[in-house]
Amino acid sequence: MGKLKTEEFVVNMGPVHPATHGVCRLMLTMDGEKVVKIEPVIGYLHRAIEKVCENRTYPQCIPMMDRFEYVTSMSTNQVFSQACERLAEIEVPERAEYLRVIMLELNRIASHLIFYGTTAMDMGALTPFLYGLRERELIIDLFEMTCGQRLTYNYIRIGGVSKDIPKEFIPKCREALDIIEGKLVDYEGLLNENPIWLIRTKGIGHLPAELATSFGVSGPVLRASGVDYDIRRDDPYSIYDRFDWKVAVCQNGDCYDRYLLRLEEIRQSISIVRQALDGLPEGNIKAKVSPKFKPPVGEVYSRIENSRGEMGVYIQSDGTTKPLRVKCRGGSYNQLQALPYFGTGGLVADLVAIFATLDVILPEVDR
Amino acid sequence: MSDNLGNLELIHVFYWLKELLLSTGLGEPYVTIVSYVVLGAVTFGVLALLALFLVWWERKIAAHIQQRFGPMRTGWHGWYQTIMDAVKLLQKEDVRVDKRDKFVFFWAPVVCFVAAFLAYVVMPFGNQLIVADLSIGILYVLAVTTFTVISLLMAGWGSNNKYALLGGMRSAAQVVSYEVPMVAAILTVIVYVGSLSMVDIVEAQSGLFINWFIFKLPFGPIAFIVYIIAATAEANRVPFDIPEAEQELVAGFNIEYSGMKFAMFFLAEFVNMFTVSAIAVTLFFGGWNGVFLPSWVWFLGKTFLVVLLLMMFRWTYPRLRVDQLMEFAWKFLVPLAFANLILGSIMKYLGWYW
Repeated sequence: MGKLKTEEFVVNMGPVHPATHGVCRLMLTMDGEKVVKIEPVIGYLHRAIEKVCENRTYPQCIPMMDRFEYVTSMSTNQVFSQACERLAEIEVPERAEYLRVIMLELNRIASHLIFYGTTAMDMGALTPFLYGLRERELIIDLFEMTCGQRLTYNYIRIGGVSKDIPKEFIPKCREALDIIEGKLVDYEGLLNENPIWLIRTKGIGHLPAELATSFGVSGPVLRASGVDYDIRRDDPYSIYDRFDWKVAVCQNGDCYDRYLLRLEEIRQSISIVRQALDGLPEGNIKAKVSPKFKPPVGEVYSRIENSRGEMGVYIQSDGTTKPLRVKCRGGSYNQLQALPYFGTGGLVADLVAIFATLDVILPEVDR
Repeated sequence: MSDNLGNLELIHVFYWLKELLLSTGLGEPYVTIVSYVVLGAVTFGVLALLALFLVWWERKIAAHIQQRFGPMRTGWHGWYQTIMDAVKLLQKEDVRVDKRDKFVFFWAPVVCFVAAFLAYVVMPFGNQLIVADLSIGILYVLAVTTFTVISLLMAGWGSNNKYALLGGMRSAAQVVSYEVPMVAAILTVIVYVGSLSMVDIVEAQSGLFINWFIFKLPFGPIAFIVYIIAATAEANRVPFDIPEAEQELVAGFNIEYSGMKFAMFFLAEFVNMFTVSAIAVTLFFGGWNGVFLPSWVWFLGKTFLVVLLLMMFRWTYPRLRVDQLMEFAWKFLVPLAFANLILGSIMKYLGWYW
């Protein structure tokens, strides 16, 4: 009997598809269930944030930045404020730096909890999603308590932070951290040794370190491939060099490692927040910055370690109140570009697993 | 008919109806036809209510596993939420794809719905509470439950949608694969009973719970586990719900269906779940056998426990990949089921059982 003749066909996965976390469109060339070729089509969530920023004053840009990456908008606030501070050489008060680190790390935990939930959901386990979001709620409540917002915070401003934390923040925060640390055991119990989870993730979507570095992949995805690189440690910003924590690294670069690594990062972030809460000094929360903030002529690139890799902002200033050019860099973009080179060869279900563990969010890709 | 219908309370109502019809002067064949129609309608009504209840129950179970409340607003703990959902679905526009295969697209949900209910012709709900005690009972059940796969394929083909087609193909492959271990597990029971009739199977397990086939058969638990795994796959539920894998195929075969057509697929899925659980109870847990309570209460209670098991699978496990699913069926379940069947048959031949 001769070989059956098969025919490749194109499936548009997205822009509206439950597994693409937004509006990504993957043009899949498929041979039956097997994915032969992936072509990401981006731009469905393009809001011209960079261009809009050119017509706004620097402080007005920060709320725009919230929309650049709305899952961890504290990071976007931080990266933009940090760029402006470096441009104008503003000294940030000690207390503000501590508050920033607390908020950034809490936001990283919240983002990784979403990752935990959505990844499990993409592989068919619906319960972890609710668990992840339930614990995220504790953190979101803390943010709401502090700045009144639950998603787009506009909290970290040029020269400091917008508001001091309320009295009950510290006990509430410690309580939330304890709960999350306890629940991490539950999370691991639910999935880590689940045989179905293991065969769905182990050895799936192997991303070699060379491919990752050549595409500029960063963050947890890069560290899961065995590259020990974390901007918080290797190019310290804010006050990360004062805390005692480890950069989590895994070796295999498959979906399972990317999942494990993020759970470990939650633990490290909890440790950082605890240390920051212990060392939180009294004092001013904002340096004196004029509302008509005018940095000197020049250009700056500031970068931070976001939960999705390197997040950077490039600002070119012509000495007026508005930036001449703003360019944002998000980690998701590079991860999505690398996807066609290591995501093929598996079945659709594998692609869904890979896409989920890359933790791509589309506002960061399209801006 | 009186051979099949016993002396339960409900049956008197049925006879009363028959007497009433005869007194109006209708001829005997017409009365029989009308009686059977009424019987079918009652069975259908009970099952539809059961399906509605199961939808609500699953939502509550899921909610409590996920530490939330689930439906709460419509009545006590949202008990008529499903009815409201069904009413909503009835009012919805019936969206039809332009380039569908009209005939196939229309009939797919109907076939699915009908196939789901056919198995209840031979389902022993209680002591002598059975529509028809066919001598080929379990064989008939196996034959008609496989109808569902035809409807899924029809839906996949008729929708003219790639995701739907993939879902249909997946479900065909899956059901064909899992039918084999399922039949082998059922055969283990048949070998011991020596009859295909559902009533005979239940009566062979009469007495204490120690007589239930899960305890009585050599390797009875293995036969049950093989059956329940295959049944989960038959009912297209997590971890074997690849035909409708949300995150891969959006909704799978029913992607293009809306309104009442979708509701028919949806309700059929729950009826199927109840069917496989009811067969599991009949084969392994003594059917309606039990003490003190009426037989149908025992049957329903046991079936709901098995349904609960299926629901707990669904809300705790991730989904298997399509090739892993096939591997699991052919490399693990089929050998296990056949080894169990052969060993069981040998022990039956030698008389090594009680």
